[in-house]
Amino acid sequence: MATAHTGVPTLELRDVAKSFGAVVALESGSIRAEAGSIHALVGENGAGKSTLVKIVAGVHRRDSGELLLDGESVDFGSTAESKARGIAVIYQEPTLFPDLSVTENIFMGRQPTGAGRRIDRSAMYAETEGLFERLGVHIDPRRLARGLSIADQQIIEIAKAISLDARVLIMDEPTAALSGVEVDRLFAVARSLRDEGRALIFISHRFDEVFELCDTITVLRDGSYIDTLKTADTNVDEIVALMVGREVGDLFPKTPAPVGQAVLQVEGLSSRGVFHDVSFEVRAGEIVGLAGLVGAGRSEIARAVFGVDGYDSGTVSLAGRVVPGGNPRAAIKAGMAFVPEDRRKQGLVTEASVAHNVAGVIRSGLSKAGLLTQKAESQAAGPWAGRLEVKTSALDMNAATMSGGNQQKVVIAKWLATNPKLLIIDEPTRGIDVGTKAEVHRLLSELANDGMAILMISSELPEVLGMADRVLVVCEGRITADIPRAEATPENVMRAATDTLEAQR
Amino acid sequence: MSDTSMRPAPEVHAETHLDAAEVERLIEPSRQSPGKRAVNTVLRSREFSILLVLLLVIAAATIKTPSFLFSNNGWRDLLLTPAILLLLAVGQAVVIITRNVDLSVGSVLALTAYLTGKLFIDLPGIPIIAVVAIGMLAGGFLGLLNGLLVSLGRVPSLVITLGTLYIFRGVMLSWAGSDRVNAGDMPPGFLDLGTMSILSIPVLFIVAVVVLGIVGYYLYAHRGGREMYAIGSDPDAAVLYGLRVRRRVLSAFILSGALAGLAGVVHAARYGTVSSGAGSGIELEAVAAVVIGGVAIFGGSGTVWGAALGAILLVTIDRALPILGIPDFWQRAVVGTLIIGAIVLDRVLAARQERKLIEARDEA
Repeated sequence: MATAHTGVPTLELRDVAKSFGAVVALESGSIRAEAGSIHALVGENGAGKSTLVKIVAGVHRRDSGELLLDGESVDFGSTAESKARGIAVIYQEPTLFPDLSVTENIFMGRQPTGAGRRIDRSAMYAETEGLFERLGVHIDPRRLARGLSIADQQIIEIAKAISLDARVLIMDEPTAALSGVEVDRLFAVARSLRDEGRALIFISHRFDEVFELCDTITVLRDGSYIDTLKTADTNVDEIVALMVGREVGDLFPKTPAPVGQAVLQVEGLSSRGVFHDVSFEVRAGEIVGLAGLVGAGRSEIARAVFGVDGYDSGTVSLAGRVVPGGNPRAAIKAGMAFVPEDRRKQGLVTEASVAHNVAGVIRSGLSKAGLLTQKAESQAAGPWAGRLEVKTSALDMNAATMSGGNQQKVVIAKWLATNPKLLIIDEPTRGIDVGTKAEVHRLLSELANDGMAILMISSELPEVLGMADRVLVVCEGRITADIPRAEATPENVMRAATDTLEAQR
Repeated sequence: MSDTSMRPAPEVHAETHLDAAEVERLIEPSRQSPGKRAVNTVLRSREFSILLVLLLVIAAATIKTPSFLFSNNGWRDLLLTPAILLLLAVGQAVVIITRNVDLSVGSVLALTAYLTGKLFIDLPGIPIIAVVAIGMLAGGFLGLLNGLLVSLGRVPSLVITLGTLYIFRGVMLSWAGSDRVNAGDMPPGFLDLGTMSILSIPVLFIVAVVVLGIVGYYLYAHRGGREMYAIGSDPDAAVLYGLRVRRRVLSAFILSGALAGLAGVVHAARYGTVSSGAGSGIELEAVAAVVIGGVAIFGGSGTVWGAALGAILLVTIDRALPILGIPDFWQRAVVGTLIIGAIVLDRVLAARQERKLIEARDEA
């Protein structure tokens, strides 16, 4: 390490907490980022890494805990304040202004000005050239930001951070969309910044990268600080154990159900650049969990199976009959139901009544001579909402005003009204409080008992391990493991979700 | 791995099957000489194409009727008629660049035009410059109302300014009623401004061009102006950058209102009468001028120079088509075609540019 450690870390968080409504995103986040060091922040999906970053960046305000910059307590009300104090964040998807030049993107809001506060463009271009030269990249300062590769966009963000003379540079999964060469270039830049005495925080799921680049690793789990280790003193197994080390409680009452015929058969499904050669089956009465890291391609596979997105090759068949691709109506007709991840956006007409929502997909079956009456809708919706214990005083209540758990149940009710053979459910309990979570799980278990085949996508490892009869692990668009319930452990699922990253590269 | 190994060789673009000159223009403009770059920028600009179309229209009308250009009145009208729309288009362009729209400018114009007349009637002897200042302040105040509703209420500006279009017009109707301001109510010195020329260039046109110059310079060379482009280009990114988004949007609306106020005063001077229907529908002409002039309707790109040329083109076409013997109905259709053509052209060019940039990147 080039710079000697001083006693005071550049950035320190102590027991920082943040909740959004009833959902606790970060319970007690702590990290000490030293000058001249690259510090890895690792944890499962939903461990609170992104929330922590957003608090440091000034996007969110912490509820409690301490945020210290050079030992001094700070409080950021906006991104501008955090930036002014020398903190730069590079997000996974950089946010640039496509219509403006690369140089303007770097200097926006603090352009060098000359007489009469006129922007000094030539100084700006010259400085940008200097920055790029220092970073060892070849980007024209005058070109538009539109059309730059993600890697180049990240370089622009880094150039911005350097021109700000940022002391703390946080990179949130910067390598997710990069090729090998681009990753090497990014790492070379990161190391040179470290040697200049800046503090870097690097968030990644790729352990090989973490061990290659970082000198210290901090593990978060379920919104809490777990441990900080020197990279030299630890190994991948220890880190994985720390990330997942938790009891899988009996919060998830999956009862064994008789497993019948194969309902869904997917063979060789591929979509260029998204997922490759995906084959699996889901049988009647079985809950199959689709696990993996965020961005691994789980939701994309589910969307392709249901026909929301098209695919390049492969077949999807339901109960032995091939379902045409790219056609959700055909999928519904064949007996599929799909509860999407973002129910507010994709699953629920939030401004409409519960009855209207529940009856939504079967409307054509309800209408008489092309007319749809409210009475018919209510009659069709009643039994389903009742069975799901949707707590709305009346079926004509507006869906937008209901709790997340009840909304989720309305969406499920909506699909059950179609009598599906297969239910695909993406993140069934995201943003739902613990009590309602158990209800949703009980419901899924009951449905499986009734002989429905269920494909469940979940980022919460305990949920997958507790509910699924079989766990399919997706990693970078491929299925890397198929683990039966009895053998599934947090460690082997996590390994499968990250391991092949190393094998492939 | 060393730093030097990562630096791409400079001749990396030599073997692309894209036209090398095009690649250079798109992704390596710095490799061109400053002169070539300037020429390229001008020749490839929307502003230049609009100027060519404008010159064509003028040439066609002049060939048919030489007095269209070569008479004192013809020359004067060519510059004088677009002055009001030009002012409105400049303000509108700034608002649209921030990814908003101001539909209330026609009603603001009517209110300030009537206010101008009222000031001369109620306060005889009031200096003209004071009336201009009051008109702009009043317009700016109405713009402030729009801006506050848009930036604080987080309601789309299309909805807000559609509402204030009717509200302001309603205020005008109840204030003026069937009353109207006539030329006799206003001092001759003021009305002379409407026809006066300096070196054969109408004063009102000079006023509009000076405003255009100031706003254009601000947008190009000042932080505030550049931030307006940034906000229109990606509002979410602007927040992450820590830009003062609300303040900039608010100033855009105040500017648009103030320029509509100035246009109201100019309207009174130019036409000598103000009725409650003054400026009805001119807000759409302003939007049309801006779009034709190459300002992206979703903000982030375009210039006020283009918007100004768009305004002059619209007004000139309106005057030239009857001379060219094109029936009334088709005159409207021509304007409509221009608007749709401009937007389609924008989309096509943007898609083409995006594709080329990606091709150039993949081959790099």
